[in-house]
Amino acid sequence: MSMKIKTRQVDGITIMDCSGRITLGEGSVQLRDAVRDLLGKGSKQILLNLGDVTYIDSSGIGELVSAFTTVRNQGGDLKLLNLTKKVHDLLQITKLYTVFDVKDDEASAVASFARAS
Amino acid sequence: MGGSQPSQVSYTLESSLDSVNRVEQTAEEMARKAGLEEEEIYRVAMAVREAAVNAVLHGNSYDPEKNITASFEQTADSLVIRIADQGKGLNPETLPDPLAPENLLRGSGRGIFLIRSFMDEVHFRQLQPGTELTLIKHLGTARSAI
Repeated sequence: MSMKIKTRQVDGITIMDCSGRITLGEGSVQLRDAVRDLLGKGSKQILLNLGDVTYIDSSGIGELVSAFTTVRNQGGDLKLLNLTKKVHDLLQITKLYTVFDVKDDEASAVASFARAS
Repeated sequence: MGGSQPSQVSYTLESSLDSVNRVEQTAEEMARKAGLEEEEIYRVAMAVREAAVNAVLHGNSYDPEKNITASFEQTADSLVIRIADQGKGLNPETLPDPLAPENLLRGSGRGIFLIRSFMDEVHFRQLQPGTELTLIKHLGTARSAI
């Protein structure tokens, strides 16, 4: 049930494929560490693929927001890809859906970074 | 085991994430037995998880000397879940609105908001010491909709 993160590069964009739960004590710290690690290596264009994230709680939402602001503050960008209905609904309820740049197609998501930079 | 029979169970648990997971799991099982739909089961379980996180993390601050209590009751028309901590108390009136523009990018502060969004009633009671949250989900709407 714990969270797993696999990282890959596509056209200079770092895609983080997340699976499992992002909750207090399970995925939140892993996500924070992984983003911090990427920023330390100079990877500042990050696409967070949440397609296999089965559950996220308020701590997980907070971690997404913190990751977003941390990346932005360092001159990068973090976008979300493939939201499940549950995560989509949570972002709607918390009014964060319009804060994040949410994509549902990997290729166009990657291309959107290229256009912006 | 029938979903409509009144039933109650309560636990006293240490202030740990294992307790949070156990409380969440119990809420999910209770909601499923009560015949709620999957979406509502998820919402009840998440609300109860958030309440337990609040109790363990913000209430008791993981203090091993402090416990949380969780009680689960199914009445004729509702699920009633009570989560109590032994912390310094919580005044819900002072909680910042997580939907306010100045709070949208905060990394925390959405737990109580989600609880209120997902349950039909939420009540706060100050204990000496601590806080008790009562979370209620009405069963009537779904059951009478024939």
